[in-house]
Amino acid sequence: MPVEFSGADGGDTHDPPAAPAVLATPVTPAPSTTSAKAPAPGTSRRVSGPRGYAWSRARLVPASASGRPAGTAAGPRVILAATPPAGGPPGGQDHAAAGERPLRVVTTRHPGRWVAALGVAVLLAMAVSALVTNPAWEWEVVGEFLFAPSVLRSVVFTLELTALGIVFGFLLGTVLALMRLSGNPLLNSVAWGYIALFRSVPLILQLLFWYNLALLYPRLSFGVPFGPAFFDVGTMDLIGPVTAAALGLALHQAAYAAEIVRAGLLSVDHGQREAAAALGIPRSRQLFRIVLPQAMRSIVPTAGNEIIGLVKGTSVVYIMALPELFYQVQVIYNRNGRVIALLLVATIWYLVMTSVMSIAQHYVERYYGKGRA
Amino acid sequence: MSAAMVELRSVHKSFGSLEVLRGVDLRVAPGEVTVILGPSGSGKSTLLRTVNHLEKVDSGSVSVDGELVGYRRSGDRLYELPEREILRQRTKIGFVFQSFNLFPHLTVHQNVTEAPRSAQRRPRAEVDALATRLLERVGLSDKAHSYPRKLSGGQQQRVAIARALALEPKVILFDEPTSALDPELVGEVLDVVKGLAGSGTTMIVVTHEVGFAREVADTVVFMDEGRIVERGTPAEVLDAPRHERTRLFLSKVL
Repeated sequence: MPVEFSGADGGDTHDPPAAPAVLATPVTPAPSTTSAKAPAPGTSRRVSGPRGYAWSRARLVPASASGRPAGTAAGPRVILAATPPAGGPPGGQDHAAAGERPLRVVTTRHPGRWVAALGVAVLLAMAVSALVTNPAWEWEVVGEFLFAPSVLRSVVFTLELTALGIVFGFLLGTVLALMRLSGNPLLNSVAWGYIALFRSVPLILQLLFWYNLALLYPRLSFGVPFGPAFFDVGTMDLIGPVTAAALGLALHQAAYAAEIVRAGLLSVDHGQREAAAALGIPRSRQLFRIVLPQAMRSIVPTAGNEIIGLVKGTSVVYIMALPELFYQVQVIYNRNGRVIALLLVATIWYLVMTSVMSIAQHYVERYYGKGRA
Repeated sequence: MSAAMVELRSVHKSFGSLEVLRGVDLRVAPGEVTVILGPSGSGKSTLLRTVNHLEKVDSGSVSVDGELVGYRRSGDRLYELPEREILRQRTKIGFVFQSFNLFPHLTVHQNVTEAPRSAQRRPRAEVDALATRLLERVGLSDKAHSYPRKLSGGQQQRVAIARALALEPKVILFDEPTSALDPELVGEVLDVVKGLAGSGTTMIVVTHEVGFAREVADTVVFMDEGRIVERGTPAEVLDAPRHERTRLFLSKVL
């Protein structure tokens, strides 16, 4: 028998004023508790009111139904009962009164937080002042070059490189992730080896390798493996600096994307795949309709990190003398000597690009979170 | 005896060194409701999962409606079928999981229509009407556009049953359909299952609900340690068990 609920014979016993009574009541002899109860049914059955304690009434039914005044459960009952230590008729009135005047809640104050906030506010003001008042930042030069055509073109090129790197990186990464999850040991270990290799070599080195591919293989031919070639082309013609940069970024990104996608696929409950299989849903559909959309929930936040990382990562491409943002501002400040101002221009654009992406990420996450919220 | 809807012959299955099924023979006639009872680890869920080839058998055979499930016979050998064929066979065999396994990112309606559309390639209008009918049948018409997460366990399981029915299968398998539910929600799911039993669907139900078995089953099968210990009508098995093991089990669960 659920004794802890059985004692009360009205929902009112769960009212807030219970607190002080709790400690006192164990001392109370059973008969007095019983007498405390006696008036309750008449006075305050529904007192529970605003807090909706009525649920407790439902559970109390067995005790009431037994016809006993619940005195038998005196001991454990008092743990929840709001019976005042003195017992007696006033008890019932107390409950009624408490029900009419709900107790106010006063939240804790946090003086430490106020002090900390004040300190941060002062530091913030100092930082803003230092930015605005120091003429060495050359804000007017920043304004002059922020929307200069060459800078805007370099922003677009940066975005193009990022898009190529992410799209092809994640396409290849998904293939690698599926290989990693495959039962075939060769597929599995090739994917593992790829990931190990491309994660280990710094991006800047990889880019230089691709840039200089023509030194290793002056001509590339396409045809049957180890057999006749259908046509061949000069490596320089096929892989120019832009292609080399995009290729390097994508191949590098694929190694990370593979692990992100794999983790996402593993995060989906096995029962989902099983249910899809039990329903006879075709295999590719199981992946693209059932498993991947659910995996996206854990893929998107990490992928968002990667995309933002890659926006900035494209700055490495400057070593290939490609006109992305970082390279472009260097070109300009080498001409006019306004180093700080132009670095600031690049900073602002990187900030804008990543902020827009963060906002986009928020909406993508919300889309894949549907049904979960 | 008429042709069996489900027939298992001498099914063996091991997980590593653990022998889970040690030669199980079972026949289920069309329209018959078979309830499998047994203690945890007796192999009853594994048995059920071999029927739609979610679990491969080590030896023996499983057939549904006269067709071997998961294998093609040539001489005295069984060759495993390509996955596409197995998936096609499964559309004739509904399966209801203990943990529902509804697709959380799809609405209730999409959960029900997904397989008829993608596995059976039936026209959209027809499948939509079917889903509406089935959801009405399980009492959830008003939840068609909710996501599963918003539903109670009992409602989710009723959607899962509608989803299995949407393929219009020849047999439906229930793997402890009420074990993951709060006690007060068990009844609504069992009522739906009872309704199906009354409509002449062939069903195999693994459950711990002895009362349900008594009320609905045509045949009760008691399993222990990978074997069928006893089978018969509910009256025979539940009220007058012939085996000591059955008696012991029933004395604990009743």
